[in-house]
Amino acid sequence: MAEATLSVRSRTSDPLPGFRLALFSTLLWVGLIVVLPLTALIVRPWQEGLGAMTMALHDGRMFAALRVSFFTAFIAALINVPVGLLLTWTLVRVQLPGRRIVDALIDLPFAIPTAVTGITLATLYGPQGWLGKPLAHLGISIAYSTAGIVVALMFVGLPFIVRSVEPVLRGLPPEQEEAAGLLGASSWQTVWRVVLPSLLPATVSGFGLAFARGIGEYGSVIFIAGNQPFRTEIAPLLVVVRLQEFDYAGATSIAFILLVASMLCLAGVAMLRRRVARGLITGVN
Amino acid sequence: MSVHIEKLIRRAPGNPDRILLDQVSVDIPDGSFVALVGPSGAGKTTLLRSIAGLDPHSSGLLTIDGRDFAELTPRERNVGFVFQNYALFQHMTVAKNISFGLDVLPGRERPSKAEIDGRVKELLELIQLPNLGNAYPQRLSGGQRQRVALARALATNPKHLLLDEPFGALDPVVRRTVREWLRSLHDRLGLTTILVTHDQEEALDVADRLVVMQDGRIVQDADAGELEAHPATPFVMEFLGETLTFRGTVSGGLFLPETPHVVPFPVAIDQDGSAVALIRPHEVRLTADAGGAPVRRIGSRYGLSRLAIDLNGRIVEVLGASNEQIFPSGAKLHIDAARLFRDGALLSMKDGRHAAAA
Repeated sequence: MAEATLSVRSRTSDPLPGFRLALFSTLLWVGLIVVLPLTALIVRPWQEGLGAMTMALHDGRMFAALRVSFFTAFIAALINVPVGLLLTWTLVRVQLPGRRIVDALIDLPFAIPTAVTGITLATLYGPQGWLGKPLAHLGISIAYSTAGIVVALMFVGLPFIVRSVEPVLRGLPPEQEEAAGLLGASSWQTVWRVVLPSLLPATVSGFGLAFARGIGEYGSVIFIAGNQPFRTEIAPLLVVVRLQEFDYAGATSIAFILLVASMLCLAGVAMLRRRVARGLITGVN
Repeated sequence: MSVHIEKLIRRAPGNPDRILLDQVSVDIPDGSFVALVGPSGAGKTTLLRSIAGLDPHSSGLLTIDGRDFAELTPRERNVGFVFQNYALFQHMTVAKNISFGLDVLPGRERPSKAEIDGRVKELLELIQLPNLGNAYPQRLSGGQRQRVALARALATNPKHLLLDEPFGALDPVVRRTVREWLRSLHDRLGLTTILVTHDQEEALDVADRLVVMQDGRIVQDADAGELEAHPATPFVMEFLGETLTFRGTVSGGLFLPETPHVVPFPVAIDQDGSAVALIRPHEVRLTADAGGAPVRRIGSRYGLSRLAIDLNGRIVEVLGASNEQIFPSGAKLHIDAARLFRDGALLSMKDGRHAAAA
């Protein structure tokens, strides 16, 4: 108790004006915006006893939906890594005409309502769409399949990779690459041994963000996915389905499991990031 | 392994009218320790980067051992480079940084893992950091990083070592130690070293030869003694140390200073006309003279007292022996040791007496 008082008092000399006020409002804000809804989500499934949760845990459809969600989010984020790195490299290092326009375009998936994205993609990749038709001739169907979900998630996930890596690449001293070249490294060796490892922590962060977004993504996916239970039904959609059936316990159970699984995944990403950040970030040695 | 540079021109990328290196010619023979000195923007780093092959030159010739530089791969150039910011690979341990140049060799040329480890150990001992092989660069102090960068550059046994402001980020005491250590390393390994610095004292301390640059041109290329005795331009003299300037005229074998209380002195120059006399503060002699300039003692350095002399409103500071008498009634200044310049160039002196006095 004495220690706590002491530490609070010592903080009053901080340059931040009104430390207590700032702390109080921050905590209140975080509490209202983040912690309260999450708490409700954690508490709600148990309100109707263990029964609802046990039922939910025996629901094969739910597990199939979770599997689809995690699998597609993972694949989409994984494909976005090389694509995003290449795009970032072009934006930062290549003096292309129209670079600024591309730069602005990258953020568009953030701004467009996800339903619009979904309808656009469904039209584009649908059996009669610009891309869907020629692809169908080749025997590839994107719409109404797992591939469609991956395409939609790639679209919404790409900016996360680009915007995570971009500042790091910009801040990378060009002398490191010059040094590698002078020491006899080929361009490939320079990229592989010097540039990519420096970008790795940021890439893992971007991957984590894109992955998390992919798990929770709803609007852009449902129009292109076909939504067949057990095949192309994603977990967030199943939550909505359960809500429409007035099965609140089932809905919150899925949401709860989704929450726990997402947190585990993000924790894993954070651990991976710490591991690859050795030497790059202060305090991670 | 000598470096030969002839009429090198480099224009600013994207702005061909701006010339970064203007007709630079310099010869760097084997085993020499050359310092490129000059103020910021003089083109020293640009020249060093050209020698390393990092920046292309617009025209001119650059050869290493008589071979045109453009035809050589970085490996064949055999150049070790230490960047101003050291450019260590942050994600690699010190040992991995040092072995990088060996690790990237193609399979058949690459030494075995044991040989590489041995070489790293040897270099870690050379830079006196034997226990830091597993540390990451971020944990090292500035001086340690600098030495790791040096070890990394030396790992492939280069014959030429290029250093860009290598002591810039070090505190003065560490600086001196590292400087001496570098010089002994240069002698021991038989390197040809080219060092860029804006600190003239550092260059004078460590290098055999100084290449003084200004505005992309080489103003003078000589050893320290020659630079001090025969500076090519007033700039060289001023750049290399504290300088006092006295305007005046040469007339009938005498330099007549415009400044009051400065004694005229004989010069062996035939052409009469205006001239400027430049002299180091410690070369000024004072004689007591009633009615001379008032003298005030303002401190001391290296055991010499620093005297402020009021020459009718213009205050000049000179260094005199600390046990020299005080000049209660004033003093006259004798600047016989000055170098005389006219139109920005050193005036030729027939007997070289003044040069010898330096």
